[in-house]
Amino acid sequence: MGGVAVLDISGLSVAGGEILCLIGPNGAGKSTFLLTLARLLKSSKGDIAFKGKRINSNHSLLTYRRNLSMAFQEPLLFDTTVFENIASGLNIRGMNKSEIQGIVEEYAERFGIRHLLDRSAKKLSGGEAQRTSLARAFAVKPEIVFLDEPFSSLDPPTRESLMEDVDRVLRETKTTTIMATHDQVEALRLSDRIAVMNRGSIVQVGTPEQVMNHPVDEFVASFVGMETIFAGAVTKIYDGVFVTSVAGRDIEAVGRVAVGDMVLCFIRPENVTLSMENSHEMTSARNSFQGKIIKIIPMGLFYKVQLDCGFPLVAYVTHQSMENLSLREQKSIFASFKATAVHVVRKEK
Amino acid sequence: MDIIVEGIKQAFMLLFTLDREVLGITWLSLKISGSATFLSMFIGVSIGTAVALSQFPGRRLVVSLINTGMGLPPVVVGLFVTISLWRHGPLGFLEILYTPTAIVIAQTVIATPIVMGISLAAIQQLPANLKLQILALGATRLQMVWILVKEARLPLLAAIMAGFGGVISEVGASIMVGGNIKGYSRVLTTATVMETGKGNFDIAMALSIILLLLAFTINAILTHIQQRERPR
Repeated sequence: MGGVAVLDISGLSVAGGEILCLIGPNGAGKSTFLLTLARLLKSSKGDIAFKGKRINSNHSLLTYRRNLSMAFQEPLLFDTTVFENIASGLNIRGMNKSEIQGIVEEYAERFGIRHLLDRSAKKLSGGEAQRTSLARAFAVKPEIVFLDEPFSSLDPPTRESLMEDVDRVLRETKTTTIMATHDQVEALRLSDRIAVMNRGSIVQVGTPEQVMNHPVDEFVASFVGMETIFAGAVTKIYDGVFVTSVAGRDIEAVGRVAVGDMVLCFIRPENVTLSMENSHEMTSARNSFQGKIIKIIPMGLFYKVQLDCGFPLVAYVTHQSMENLSLREQKSIFASFKATAVHVVRKEK
Repeated sequence: MDIIVEGIKQAFMLLFTLDREVLGITWLSLKISGSATFLSMFIGVSIGTAVALSQFPGRRLVVSLINTGMGLPPVVVGLFVTISLWRHGPLGFLEILYTPTAIVIAQTVIATPIVMGISLAAIQQLPANLKLQILALGATRLQMVWILVKEARLPLLAAIMAGFGGVISEVGASIMVGGNIKGYSRVLTTATVMETGKGNFDIAMALSIILLLLAFTINAILTHIQQRERPR
């Protein structure tokens, strides 16, 4: 673009029905890549193949574009009613009025804005506008949908609510999705695979567990920052706390879940405490496990300690504590963390 | 003082009794300026939109030219149109000097840069990603342009009205190329000049009142467009 190489990607393939998230810091090239994939930006080199066919002529370009859809970070609604906005993709394709009516109502319902159909787009709140933008993108029943940070401009509760709806629509319609975000929790929650981008290249592609647990380099590891991640099923709920079972151990965490839910849990290494004895009764940390130190890695100002407690656990420890506890590899140690330190995401499967 | 009061009284008399000549001049003004605005709308909106949406070397220069054109003195336009249509001039064979057609030509030249410049601004002001969003919804280039024009409909309307406002009150070029011929090429502005020169203040004032009404109406509509609810 403008003589500057913004993207340098050797290859990427996305399977039908798959949800792929592009994550990376601002400036990594995620939006540029999305626009290039949607052929809204032309790449100086390289090809895009859709269902096995290369896209090169004007005709195949329009056919390709009519099979896809995109929603941006800003709603970009037209100056008309919500109904007309959602219908715009259908009008562009020349669909007749009666068919449009049904589809618009269906997608307005799916995104919880049926009651707003007659309202002017100018009079919507941020969340309502973004819902309209998404309903508009999905109403054309695209084979692929490109989402460019669709939740970034919303406040947390609105974001949460909309993410649930989008998650549901994606699963119900089995739409192939490529979504860009700088929020790793969004990516973990919604995606089947994650592609980590940095400075215009894809650094790593894999399932969320793969990317999180086996980062391919320093950049991915530090970008991801969640050293401990595991999946489990919720077995019990009591007293505002729930229990999930992982590798035979019961881990207590806090979150809105139901028994039987599949969850992904993450723990930041700075929230894991090591001690010589089982401190279960003496502190407010509800989780305490005995484990073995597998590896100790110096990280400059502190040490990263990798443990095996039946499940992998990572803790950060200061030089001082290293000394005090005489930590060394293969040593047996107790690791504990609070239930509130376990970040939980419900996985819809 | 008497002249003024007398003039105003006579003016209202002419207006209320729907004086033939006054009405005729008004109607001719509207037809001529209307036609010019109509033509400038097609040329101005299309070129303005095209420039707004494209990238090409020298684009900055083109935009400057358009903006300069907006401030073109009408008498200068009058001079050049006159020279072109003069008996031995390049378009003299058409023999349209001193006809309403000549006024339409001159007024179109005056109005077009105005419509073009404001249309350009109107389209450029749309959100940068809107064009991409429309294409992403499967639009052809033509559909995309049409949707953008619809989105900018109010500022574009303002552009057209500004063009009309510029020519309905124009007098220099209209006299030079029109000749102010009674019942033929005599419009509100040119007639006012003539009647004032003759001392017929009643007619001059009647014509001026109509002109003022037209100008105020246009401005009221433009203001309304400007002050309409802004999107969140």
